[in-house]
Amino acid sequence: MQWEIVIGLEVHAQLSTHSKIFSGASTAYGAPPNTQACVIDLALPGVLPVLNKGAVERAIKFGLSVGAKINSPSIFARKNYFYPDLPKGYQISQYELPVVQGGTITIQIDGAEKTIHLTRAHLEEDAGKSLHEDFHGMSGIDLNRAGTPLLEIVSEPDMRSSAEAVSYAKTLHALVRWIGICDGNMQEGSFRCDANVSVRPRGTEKLGTRCEIKNLNSFRFLEKAIDYEARRQIEILEDGGAIRQETRLYDANKDETRTMRTKEDANDYRYFPDPDLLPVEISASWIEQVKSALPELPQARRDRYVAEFGLSAYDAAVLTASRETADYFEAVVKQLPAQAKLCANWIMGDINGQLNKEGIDISACPVNPPQLAALLTRIGDGTISGKAAKTVFESLWNGELDKNVDAIIAAKGLKQISDDSAIEKIVDQVLAANAQQVADYRAGKEKAFNSLVGQIMKATQGKANPAQVNAILKKKLDE
Amino acid sequence: MFNASLKQLSIQLAGKKISSTELTSEFLQRIQQLNPEYNAFITVNEELSLAQARAADQMIAAGQASPLTGIPIAQKDIFCAKGWLTTCGSKMLSNFVSPYDAGVIERFNQAGAVNIGKTNMDEFAMGSSNETSYYGPVKNPWDHAAVPGGSSGGAACAVAARLACAATGTDTGGSIRQPAALCGISGIKPTYGLVSRYGMIAFASSLDQGGPMAKSAEDLALLLNVMVGFDPRDSTSLQREAEDYARDLQKPLAGLRIGLPKEYFAAGMSNDVASAIEKALDEYRKLGAQTVEISLPNAPLAIPVYYVLAPAEASSNLSRFDGVRYGHRAESYSDLADMYRKSRAQGFGPEVKRRILIGTYVLSHGYYDAYYIKAQKLRRLIAQDFADAYRQCDIIMGPTTPTVAFNLGEKSGDPIQMYLSDIYTSAANLTGMPAMSIPVGFGDKNRPIGLHIIGNYFKEAQMLNVAHQYQLATDWHNQSPV
Repeated sequence: MQWEIVIGLEVHAQLSTHSKIFSGASTAYGAPPNTQACVIDLALPGVLPVLNKGAVERAIKFGLSVGAKINSPSIFARKNYFYPDLPKGYQISQYELPVVQGGTITIQIDGAEKTIHLTRAHLEEDAGKSLHEDFHGMSGIDLNRAGTPLLEIVSEPDMRSSAEAVSYAKTLHALVRWIGICDGNMQEGSFRCDANVSVRPRGTEKLGTRCEIKNLNSFRFLEKAIDYEARRQIEILEDGGAIRQETRLYDANKDETRTMRTKEDANDYRYFPDPDLLPVEISASWIEQVKSALPELPQARRDRYVAEFGLSAYDAAVLTASRETADYFEAVVKQLPAQAKLCANWIMGDINGQLNKEGIDISACPVNPPQLAALLTRIGDGTISGKAAKTVFESLWNGELDKNVDAIIAAKGLKQISDDSAIEKIVDQVLAANAQQVADYRAGKEKAFNSLVGQIMKATQGKANPAQVNAILKKKLDE
Repeated sequence: MFNASLKQLSIQLAGKKISSTELTSEFLQRIQQLNPEYNAFITVNEELSLAQARAADQMIAAGQASPLTGIPIAQKDIFCAKGWLTTCGSKMLSNFVSPYDAGVIERFNQAGAVNIGKTNMDEFAMGSSNETSYYGPVKNPWDHAAVPGGSSGGAACAVAARLACAATGTDTGGSIRQPAALCGISGIKPTYGLVSRYGMIAFASSLDQGGPMAKSAEDLALLLNVMVGFDPRDSTSLQREAEDYARDLQKPLAGLRIGLPKEYFAAGMSNDVASAIEKALDEYRKLGAQTVEISLPNAPLAIPVYYVLAPAEASSNLSRFDGVRYGHRAESYSDLADMYRKSRAQGFGPEVKRRILIGTYVLSHGYYDAYYIKAQKLRRLIAQDFADAYRQCDIIMGPTTPTVAFNLGEKSGDPIQMYLSDIYTSAANLTGMPAMSIPVGFGDKNRPIGLHIIGNYFKEAQMLNVAHQYQLATDWHNQSPV
């Protein structure tokens, strides 16, 4: 039987507010345990939550970016359960009327676009951390993270492969960073995925029983966990078994998922509107204000790059993978508007390649947009060859000669020979010395042409302008 | 000195006829002498109180006094006060010394008032007799066999027995007004949102409201002037222009329309209460007011609605008491679940457990719509009844309680009977309207009777005026059991 995998993702994006969602304590990462937990985070008797407007604003920002409905009023609800790192014995979250309702995300998959629908995105507070090591039979509780604002973004079960899920997660990751609501740091847990996975016979409508895989904190784990889980479910079904609805945990070391809790021991969270927080009224003018401050979104930029610069959809997608990359591209292309493809190729190739190799972000790229533009200008005006440009790029990267492109070209003697008469002279010399190959070419052996070009380039130490060499050589041979 | 009103003491302090240190010492001495019998206070801290008294005397000497400067006020043990044991009447918090001040405590401190001690109360404010307190019951100063009412029973007793000049209370279903009535003092629950709930240990967040308890309406006005005020740390706190609650005290009552809900004058009210209320209404008619019969058809639903919503919120509010970070933790346990189970089983008394169970039940999957949602809808209907009634009258009156104080132990085995103590009072919590009780005489066994005055939203000044005019014409409020 042919199986179809059905995936929906729940992503927890930590919002980039300086203070917590219901208290004034700092959200900075990595402080010593419990130094960023105030009386409210500790849930002392009598304390009350006060909503951080910045968190709501970020949720609105997200909602507008995905074309969602912004609910007003929006309601905070209590999700009741006991756990030592949940100080109040309930998590303040949203149940009915989340800030963000609906919306879509467009992903690129196999060169085509696909629309993933969002169910909702709601605000909630993070829990603290339980530390089970180092306490000799006891557990330690660190409440620094308790009360950190999260936006839980829930998708519809619209994805059909781990590749689509990864593409969706990456697109979402880029978007939240793009609009500045989340730093996207997956190691620090700022962007965490839960995947709902089920399978069904291809061609059928009814969704299979799903399992939720918790806390996937890298795109690679997301992919591997989904692949493993889908295989597991298919095997069970093909053996005549049934899937049990449950929450599973992905073990990266063993590359497998295993049961965390079954539906039977699932909590009844007893959601009800939090009486300590009033319904949040989100006025049209507030929405308008947030909208006017939104940057141009990735999708809009992609479309513009195709229309304005004639780039392929693929190139446009790569360049808009992050706002920093797109901004970099725009800064370069501004100086070479006629050479957008050349700019794109260099950023996607040499720049990205070198950044990846050294593991640094484009915001810290040693070659800045004006420097790259200066380099590309020299290719465009024929001063240097594409090959020589690589050498110049390397020097720029290494910070030689104050990163002055012209100084580097001069110092390294990389200037192309673009003088027709100079090239003609060398061509004549090479033709005279290679009579056999000239004869071969004239006898129809096209290959001989390349060999002659090679000789000419060798004679000029690679500095002759290849286009001119080709033209002159062809002219002379065809005379 | 201890029989003087807050107003009188305030004048004497400001005129340096007495010092706060003297006054505070006198009350501390009375507490030391009489509290073993009354059990009105859970915690007394002479050192902290006297330090505040000395500071108040300095404020007065420096000419920085305000009406409450130097006045000893008893604080209900539901308000967190920095450096004070704050138990909420529970074993669960029997070791909790608050590291911070409640909004209300801060306001009293800023005014230079003296915290004379933390008063006894029903555990987590759940009760109408003060019998659910982990620290034992409080006695009614008028009759030591009777309950003082609850949950602010210690506060009412402290004021009636002259152990404090005034006291704070909190009122979720009648917890200020019912004990005020049973102890023969005055108490007001302001409009929901006027008094900060920050640092006031939550019972039912949408119903809880702090308020003052004192010997007279005039004193209540002075106390409200300090207690009311916007607190940005409480999202339900209302941002309104400050008002002087004493401004209308002297207004004549001619033309006042008093609404008498027929549902509150029906079966259930005892004869002694009925006749005292009738006499009080006669007094109002003499003062120029007229009475009109009104109807609050959904009023009888207030108790069932209240006993769905209050436990629902309480079950969640009390989840933080888990023995993990503070409060009682069982000495031995096998694992995490066992620690929770034992700590909470040991830390909470039976009434609190009963309400957590009710609340958990009504919020459970499959019951939520039938109980919680339904109760919320009825809550709106009850509010609508009052809105309609206020088209026919300016203020509503009735009995605060159906009977005078019952005996200690009389109802403690019968929760339903106990819950009916709040039959007239809980509607004001459900609607958020201000309501108060003032003493209007004595009934069976010479136990006090309270008149319930319910006002429209933010009509506290008018209610205090109505109460004060009655107190100018009568002297029930000046009667003392000691």
